[in-house]
Amino acid sequence: MNDKQDDLITVEGLSVFYANGHKALDHVGFTLKSGVICGLVGANGSGKSTLFKTIMGFLKPATGTVRIAGMPVAQALKQHLVSYVPQSEDIDWNFPVLVEDVVMMGRYSRMGFLRIPSREDREKVTQALEEVGLTAFRRRQIGALSGGQRKRVFLARALAQEARIILLDEPFTGVDIQTEKAIIALLQDLRDRGSLILVSTHNLGSVPDFCDEAILINRRILAAGPIAETFTEANLAEAFGGMLRRVQLGGGALHDDEDPRSVTVITDDERPLVLYGHTENQEIMPHRDEKAGKR
Amino acid sequence: MVELVSFYLLDPFAYGFMRRALVAAILVGAVCALLSCYLVLKGWALMGDAVSHAVLPGIVLAWMAGLPLALGAFAAGMGCALLTGYIKDHSRVKEDTVMGIVFAGMFAAGLVMLSRIETDIHLMHILFGNILGVGWGDIAEILALSGVTIAVVFLKWRDFMIYVFDPAYAKVAGLPVRALHFSLLVLLALSIVASLKAVGIILVIALLIAPGATAFLISHDFRRMMILAVLMAVFCCVAGLVISFHADIATAPVIVLLQAGLFAAAFGCNLLREEKSGIWHAKKTKTG
Repeated sequence: MNDKQDDLITVEGLSVFYANGHKALDHVGFTLKSGVICGLVGANGSGKSTLFKTIMGFLKPATGTVRIAGMPVAQALKQHLVSYVPQSEDIDWNFPVLVEDVVMMGRYSRMGFLRIPSREDREKVTQALEEVGLTAFRRRQIGALSGGQRKRVFLARALAQEARIILLDEPFTGVDIQTEKAIIALLQDLRDRGSLILVSTHNLGSVPDFCDEAILINRRILAAGPIAETFTEANLAEAFGGMLRRVQLGGGALHDDEDPRSVTVITDDERPLVLYGHTENQEIMPHRDEKAGKR
Repeated sequence: MVELVSFYLLDPFAYGFMRRALVAAILVGAVCALLSCYLVLKGWALMGDAVSHAVLPGIVLAWMAGLPLALGAFAAGMGCALLTGYIKDHSRVKEDTVMGIVFAGMFAAGLVMLSRIETDIHLMHILFGNILGVGWGDIAEILALSGVTIAVVFLKWRDFMIYVFDPAYAKVAGLPVRALHFSLLVLLALSIVASLKAVGIILVIALLIAPGATAFLISHDFRRMMILAVLMAVFCCVAGLVISFHADIATAPVIVLLQAGLFAAAFGCNLLREEKSGIWHAKKTKTG
């Protein structure tokens, strides 16, 4: 895993400015390897989407470089290495395309001048639809799908593309728990097959559940690395400033023994992050949705 | 019956000018219909209007320089589109606002030039077209201009579709997004120039929007939308010619009226169908 070959995204000294001259990213640097799910966590305006756009080649860096699998971005894009799952709000759901048409888009860059799908292309589309459980809906217009199905169409497109890097922009907004779990299972499956998955989110609570690594960002990198090292109260406080609700429950309120530990709940009114430990709460509490449901 | 068909549908085309008008109308209708699918989905309706108005000063300048009018029109139309993009990128003003200023300004400049310069350009013909007056030379020009557009759309319709549907993904998938964007603008300007002699500046926008809008209402996939748009546009052009011949009214407005009528019909059908399916749905959920 420490081999340089595994480095899929290498960002060094990256600074990007907005059109109005404000600095969106300030000397950002990190490395991501294959077979990893990484959460890109930051408040609104922290540069998350700017970083995404730079990795996708939409924005030119003022300084620094982004390399994908050792190549410049433009070259990597030509080799269909990167896929992108857009936010639901960015899609025109009335657009006259069928589910299978959208998934087929994942194959376009591999097709010839006239973009006529080969048998392999059709097979990959069928396979991708099967994996996300949308086979029965392949001839539906995309607007005729439920919220969870809509999200899965675009995941299927990324699957069909067979990209090594998949970028997801806030994939869990407006999605029910059931769909969230289905998406996470799919992402973990992709990770196990060697993909690098970068998920931008401000949904703190779910990050420790499914991410292996996290990058905390607020114009500059506050922390990057394995969840246990990066997802600390101090880092989160720096990332979100005063934007989070923080509830600390002392040992006395929790149990009747002498245990001095306390529980800290950090929430932005979505899914809360729960930390448990001594003075500085370091341990991340796993969520127990399943058990809670059975009770 | 045969006599009636012959009288209403065939007799008009005994005249040479009607045959030429028929060819021009079908070409212009089809090429505008193809592009209308993209304009409607991309939200470029106003862009079509802007480019079509902006060609006027180009036509006058080309006449003064002794160049082909189509060349001047194309250059001015593209100039409007590019200038709009430049101003939008370098100011806080929204695109439709910029467009309103640029195209109105260019159109006014054309009018001023026309009023100060002696030309043999008929303003009315440029504004409203003169489809019954097209010669075979004009048709050759229309064929060349619309032929390019039809060929490019035929070959690359999928690329343009992805660009319009999800430009961010198109870029990530390695498609040449900038080239697609400018190609679409060039095709738009080409088809407007091709349509000038037939329907004129004012009404070309109807041909560039109505077929796509109507087809959008009644289709679930893009390929079908394009086919329906072209079929409807060609039908309206032919029917419009025949009606205007018998009723002795200007052709272009009849074509546009027919297209608006088709849109209204599709809209009405959709409303009815939604109402029906709503009732059906309610019944189904009650029993289920």
